[in-house]
Amino acid sequence: MGSQGGFGQSKEFLDLVKSIGEARSKSEEDRIILREIETLKRRIVEPDIPKRKMKEYIIRLVYVEMLGHDASFGYIHAVKMTHDDNLLLKRTGYLAVTLFLNEDHDLIILIVNTIQKDLKSDNYLVVCAALNAVCRLINEETIPAVLPQVVELLGHQKEAVRKKAIMALHRFYQKSPSSVSHLISNFRKKLCDNDPGVMGATLCPLFDLITIDVKSFKDLVVSFVSILKQVTERRLPKSYDYHQMPAPFIQIKLLKILALLGNGDKHASGQMYTVIGDLMRKCDASTNIGNAVLYECICCVSSIYPNTKLLEAAAEIISKFLKSDNHNLKYMGIDALGRLIKINPDVAEQHQLAVIDCLEDPDDTLKRKTFELLHKMTKSSNVEVIVNRMIDYMISVNDFHYKTEIASRCVELAEQYAPSNHWFILTMNKVFEHAGDLVDIKVAHNLMRLIAEGFGEDDDAADSQLRSSAVESYLRIVTEPKLPSAFLQVICWVLGEYGTADGNYSASYITGKICDVAEAYSSDETVKAYAITALMKIYAFEIAAGRKLDILTECQSLIEELAASHSTDLQQRAYELQAVVCLDAHAVECIMPSDASCEDIEIDITLPFLNSYVQQSLQNGAQPYIPEDARTGALSVSSFSNQEHRETSSHGLKFEAYEMPKPPVPSRPPPVSISTDLVPVPEPSYSRETHVSPPVLSASSSGSSELKLRLDGVQKKWGRPTYSSSPTSSSGVSPSPANGASKVEPAAPSTSRPRETYKDSKKAEVDPEKQKLAASLFGGASKSEKRASSTSHKASKGSSHSTGTSSVSKSSVPSTSEVKSPPQPLPDLLDLGEPTVSTIVPSADPFMQLEGLLDHDESGSTGSNAALDSTAKVPDIVSLYSELQVSGHDSSSTISPLSSNGSNNKNLKRTVSGGSPQGMKGPNLKEALEKDALVRQMGVNPTTQNPNLFKDLFG
Amino acid sequence: MIHFVLLISRQGKVRLTKWYSPYSQKERTKVIRELSGLILTRGPKLCNFVEWRGLKVVYRRYASLYFCMCIDQDDNELEVLEIIHLFVEILDRYFGSVCELDLIFNFHKAYYILDELLLAGELQETSKKTVGRLIAGQDALVETAKEEANSISNMIAQATK
Repeated sequence: MGSQGGFGQSKEFLDLVKSIGEARSKSEEDRIILREIETLKRRIVEPDIPKRKMKEYIIRLVYVEMLGHDASFGYIHAVKMTHDDNLLLKRTGYLAVTLFLNEDHDLIILIVNTIQKDLKSDNYLVVCAALNAVCRLINEETIPAVLPQVVELLGHQKEAVRKKAIMALHRFYQKSPSSVSHLISNFRKKLCDNDPGVMGATLCPLFDLITIDVKSFKDLVVSFVSILKQVTERRLPKSYDYHQMPAPFIQIKLLKILALLGNGDKHASGQMYTVIGDLMRKCDASTNIGNAVLYECICCVSSIYPNTKLLEAAAEIISKFLKSDNHNLKYMGIDALGRLIKINPDVAEQHQLAVIDCLEDPDDTLKRKTFELLHKMTKSSNVEVIVNRMIDYMISVNDFHYKTEIASRCVELAEQYAPSNHWFILTMNKVFEHAGDLVDIKVAHNLMRLIAEGFGEDDDAADSQLRSSAVESYLRIVTEPKLPSAFLQVICWVLGEYGTADGNYSASYITGKICDVAEAYSSDETVKAYAITALMKIYAFEIAAGRKLDILTECQSLIEELAASHSTDLQQRAYELQAVVCLDAHAVECIMPSDASCEDIEIDITLPFLNSYVQQSLQNGAQPYIPEDARTGALSVSSFSNQEHRETSSHGLKFEAYEMPKPPVPSRPPPVSISTDLVPVPEPSYSRETHVSPPVLSASSSGSSELKLRLDGVQKKWGRPTYSSSPTSSSGVSPSPANGASKVEPAAPSTSRPRETYKDSKKAEVDPEKQKLAASLFGGASKSEKRASSTSHKASKGSSHSTGTSSVSKSSVPSTSEVKSPPQPLPDLLDLGEPTVSTIVPSADPFMQLEGLLDHDESGSTGSNAALDSTAKVPDIVSLYSELQVSGHDSSSTISPLSSNGSNNKNLKRTVSGGSPQGMKGPNLKEALEKDALVRQMGVNPTTQNPNLFKDLFG
Repeated sequence: MIHFVLLISRQGKVRLTKWYSPYSQKERTKVIRELSGLILTRGPKLCNFVEWRGLKVVYRRYASLYFCMCIDQDDNELEVLEIIHLFVEILDRYFGSVCELDLIFNFHKAYYILDELLLAGELQETSKKTVGRLIAGQDALVETAKEEANSISNMIAQATK
């Protein structure tokens, strides 16, 4: 251990570290590091750098990178260093590349070869270094390059190598399960490795495997139980003890695995009850690690097939946790309670007070955990209290991530358990008011739908009461400043739809309020769109009811302003409003029926009402419409030539004029190549150009030369001429019902109905953005989905819902397929696993076998490392274990009274290290002074700012 | 799984970072900034756990140094707390009453030790003795390498005299 005294770096580097240590601000630190980067950039490319020097440069690069700066200029040097034969340098190189490179980095390909070579090295330390790198750097593509060697290393004589090889295989499995699917039996085999370290490491991959496929590992239940039993009976070497607990980390891992294996399996669970019961009884609850094991026991007990006794024991431990003063234990207690109430909801009652205490604790972590528990405990009887508490807390937190989470939890609970409509609306109002920008927009849409559809089954009175209470509350809230956009959308929609429905408020009052909203939030186009649509609805209802329309001047000016808006959506809405207002009562009622947001609007995408018009046009010589999907290839080319032929023949006089555009045809390539700069897809646009022209010609059937010229310009710039032309033509003709439907579609600013149907008719064109929007509009709770299917809405909403539903189900598909895809290789595993089963079951139990041997070999062993390597493994190991146990016991027995908590570990360590050649350590102060002196000698003088630097971490 | 290990001083200075899940350099800086704001401000008697971005960060303070580990939602916090302690015990045994300065100047050694304790974000070895033996083995090799280098340079020096 002599090397760590002198720090072993150059003055330059020590100075750097020192100056960083003393930097007063982040910017100062950044300056220093940037200077260091400049220095390193210069130095590192100098020729003939001594290797030791280079090693230091690399370590300095690591330092730079660690402090958050980019050291990529030096990556290649770190890669080179891994090639070095000197282990010292190689190790530095590997350390640096594992810290620098993510697994997708280009340089990794340069390291794979070195890794391959090093995995074959005679020196196990080289192999270990290479395996460390393998775990970090090998990606899916490079797995095959090293896999055979790693598998071979599973049989390496050094346990450290076997252990790392297992971890590497685990990593491969995580990266690409199929790559190691044929090697699962190795994990099973390694479970019986002579070295407890290797066995412990094997639990990691086994845990992952069992998580995915419980069934094929049921046979291992016996083995795991017996390993756990032996661990708790202290059969492992003493060196695995931690704070007087026998191998607690291995116990925890085993408990996790048992929890999976016993889940819903009465038989498997039955095998575990005894060992878990013993463990819970014997476990030392005075240490942190003991409590960690106890907590894991509770998790296990609540996961496996329920057993009354164990559940009682678990409840007891939980109450101890909750009564503890230690916040960590309270936290674990709350978490454990959350697990237990899934099995036995009554458990929570006796801890009510403790839970309330945690809820009022100043510690945010604890509070949040408690809210999580409450969330699990919510019933219709307690929903009001819980949600109110949640909202109060939600208002107080600033962390957006958490605010979003708790807001969505409130919404979820309110939707699921709301005791009354009134309460629900008030609750939602609060959520929107304080976290409106954070909740998903679908929550707003759900709320609107709920108000529109009502809670009750065909209870119109209750529904209208719900609506008027909503209107009332919104009229009160709407005057408050700075409301979130989503909430304003709801307010506008509800006011427009139901503001005047019960006759309590006059149209001018409501419209005035809506105008105020549109003016106050003039930068929010969506809100303005909602507002103007709401105005239109109110006016329409007025007209339909035969009342005299009284448009306030402020409304008038708002409409005019929006009619001149930059947003085409707002413009259209404004113009539609103006058009609607001028119609007679009957027409208006057809367009905007009162309280009909839940009615179906049937859309006939064939637009039959245009038939006569089309017929007439055809008779007048217009070309029939060719659907776009039919407009490709030879067909359209021929129709094009036909047309040209026909036109040339019929209008002989215009021969000259038609000839004119031809020059552009040969000269097209140049403009096209120019247009490549503008439009990234030049080729298709060129071909499309030719197909597309006939419909345009036919549609207008007017003079052609200018038309062609114009086409040239348009097409080359935008690529898709027909697209814009066909919607305009149809939207010009389409009658108002279609427009009326479009008005309810607020969130998608650019959609007008005809275009949408146009899109729908050819499915390939469906905008992914739109799909996404639809998905986000709808991924709601199953309850609301059911509602959506039972009733429906105005056309556009309904359509967005239906697409929503489909996309919801779609979105759930990937997740299940994700879960499902890993098992695919598993049948293979099973087959391979089967033969090993027979060998495993007996050998899975090395400790059991050892038990009998223990007595005989006690004398023969020396406990040296070499013993591990010998052929007669089993007896040697036993003797090693026993020897270690004895020697370890000596040292710890003297300390055991002291080391019940963390601070006493120091003593333990001291006594243990007392046996080492270095001799007894002095008190902290003396060592600190020594270090201080040493550092000062080297010119580092850090005490001024940071006396803590010398403080013993355990002190 | 452990996603990353951070050692931050009470002043918010980074002493060691180890990332087991892929984070870009930008994200790393952001993570460190966010977490130091979150953890360094916490009072002494509160939980040693912080919920953060859907994950959990377990931290423990030793003198002026905070050891933080970021874990999954379903991991055992108390266990991770003890993994941190195990790491510190190993460091302490190796450096002999480890202090922050040891880690500042020997951060690469701290990395080597961490690499023997954790691998690919999982606990690899739980025996202090085994970890110590491996590190000692590596150091011994380094020593011999140094000696060799020295003897070679001596030979060169003598030859060129």
